[in-house]
Amino acid sequence: MDAFTTHTGTAAPLRRSNVDTDQIIPAEYLKRITRTGFEDGLFVAWRTNEPDFVLNQPQYADASILVAGPDFGTGSSREHANWALLDGGFRVVISSRFADIFRNNSTKAGLLTVVLPQEQVEALWTAIEADPATQVTVDLQSKQVTYADVTVPFEIDDYVRWRLLEGLDDVGLTERNLDDIEAFEATRPAWLPAALPAR
Amino acid sequence: MPKTLAEKVYEAHVVRSAAGEPDLLYIDLHLVHEVTSPQAFDGLRAAGRTVRRPDLTMATEDHNVPTLDILAPIADPVSRAQIEALRRNAAEFGIRLAPMGDRDQGIVHVIGPQLGLTQPGMTIVCGDSHTSTHGAFGALAFGIGTSEVEHVLATQTLPQYKPKQMSVTVNGQLPPGVSSKDIILAVIAEIGTNGAQGHVIEYRGSAIEALSMESRMTICNMSIEAGAKAGLIAPDRTTFDFLQGRPHAPQGAGWDAAVEHWSTLRTDEGAVFDREVVLDASTLTPFVTWGTNPGQGLPIAGIVPDPADFADEGERRDVEQALAYMGLEPGKPLREIEVDTVFLGSCTNGRIEDLRVAAELLRGKRIDADTRMLVVPGSVGVKAQAEAEGLDRVFLDAGAEWRGAGCSMCLGMNPDQLEPGERSASTSNRNFQGRQGKGGRTHLVSPSVAAATALTGKLTAPADLETV
Repeated sequence: MDAFTTHTGTAAPLRRSNVDTDQIIPAEYLKRITRTGFEDGLFVAWRTNEPDFVLNQPQYADASILVAGPDFGTGSSREHANWALLDGGFRVVISSRFADIFRNNSTKAGLLTVVLPQEQVEALWTAIEADPATQVTVDLQSKQVTYADVTVPFEIDDYVRWRLLEGLDDVGLTERNLDDIEAFEATRPAWLPAALPAR
Repeated sequence: MPKTLAEKVYEAHVVRSAAGEPDLLYIDLHLVHEVTSPQAFDGLRAAGRTVRRPDLTMATEDHNVPTLDILAPIADPVSRAQIEALRRNAAEFGIRLAPMGDRDQGIVHVIGPQLGLTQPGMTIVCGDSHTSTHGAFGALAFGIGTSEVEHVLATQTLPQYKPKQMSVTVNGQLPPGVSSKDIILAVIAEIGTNGAQGHVIEYRGSAIEALSMESRMTICNMSIEAGAKAGLIAPDRTTFDFLQGRPHAPQGAGWDAAVEHWSTLRTDEGAVFDREVVLDASTLTPFVTWGTNPGQGLPIAGIVPDPADFADEGERRDVEQALAYMGLEPGKPLREIEVDTVFLGSCTNGRIEDLRVAAELLRGKRIDADTRMLVVPGSVGVKAQAEAEGLDRVFLDAGAEWRGAGCSMCLGMNPDQLEPGERSASTSNRNFQGRQGKGGRTHLVSPSVAAATALTGKLTAPADLETV
């Protein structure tokens, strides 16, 4: 995972709520066994069926920050949704609320999710619709979003922030605690099921 | 201090807890399927890691499986490659796999309980959001992404924060023709698709306790559609009776010890929930969705909503977009919505009781001439049992198709898909845009509504058939 300290880029306004992960990346793309290359599936149904869809508009073609309506990432646990956003050039998604699994997956994939109150999301939408070239900075160290003359703070779990700032992978961190895992395993009752040997 | 059921299960699995860090939670059972595991196994290989507990891991093939000619090689090369990747990975890492053709194969959330691997008080994860299904046994079961799949494979643990607690109490008696599918659709319509975000839901009350295990699984399965982390029902005699004798259920002294422990798995008197919702089962009717998320549902006697009735601009826009996609006009009675296809199956409603309920309504009848019906048992085991009971003949004689076991038309990943503009009544769990195929229009229903709908060609409740 690439470390995330601060990111500056242009932002695209996605004025939709309840964007589910089937819209972010449809199931047919999940057949792939690769970890990258999902940009062709990113919002493909909307991009295909709606010529005016925001990501079809040239002024938002290079946006690296997605500003979405509430309840972003609902539905399926597919981490491919987070990969598709990263492959599609996005490093940050801003919304007033994220679905839990999507938000959690983003912390593993290195996509930063920023929660801002809806009024702040609306203000940002207004700014980037008026001027799509607006530079938006998302600073994980100071926990602030800055654009034009606006600075807005955001909250994020300290541990997640630390992991993203350092670019640390969970498995490596957990492996420091193998002794604890072994000790716990020794306490598990014998009657708990095992899939092997098969019965 | 009084604790909820979910808190008890969570706390019993904490390997390590430290200030400023998530807890490390031990995972008793890791279920695996072909879609969300390839990159996880690749990650293990790249880092030179192995699977820590192959004995606590079980894999199956379900999402890509063609339900016709299930023993033939898969025609779609990308699907075939993904299935073959799982087979190679399972062999290389020593994981048990139930491939197509195997007697244990089926939808991952059907085979866990079927084999008796899903038991009360366990932590169970899978790279699939409907892992919440297993909570019906009083297990803490939730969906994870591929990176977390890799983490569980490597360490048999997950970093976790203790979730908030929500209770949904359903008392009263379900009227005839109303099922657990209608309960959960009503709950989601009530609290919204993010109503339970950050929470584990415990379903309680006399109506819940009266449900069979399969009916309980339907409710827990769709907890994720309300945004919940997981959904649980406390284990009881119904649970123990379901489990006893299953291949991986404990036996002898182990069984007695297990039941003794399982009997402690209840929410304590005085335990505090962060949010509580109460429903009266006797007021429920068959429920159907009209829109493009599982919360956009109504009693079947209802009418398609009018965007103008929504004061909030965002909500109004959502309803407009949903109606435009679904091709529905405000005010149309839901019972007048004609469908092209009926799908009976999925991890929500693909078990033997679901098939029996539908078969009873179809026995001796023919489905509507312009309607196609696909009946997909959730596992090879369910299929065999249905055939032993003659249900397959009932479906075939009625003009429905009888298929092999897999996720099928729930999601557009295998050959079972809707054509653009086609409308379905589906016993699955999601009606998102394009879910069942590009441009497909999905109405979520219960198995009995699915069967009644197949007979008439439009959304129909079982009770409506009596007046025909």
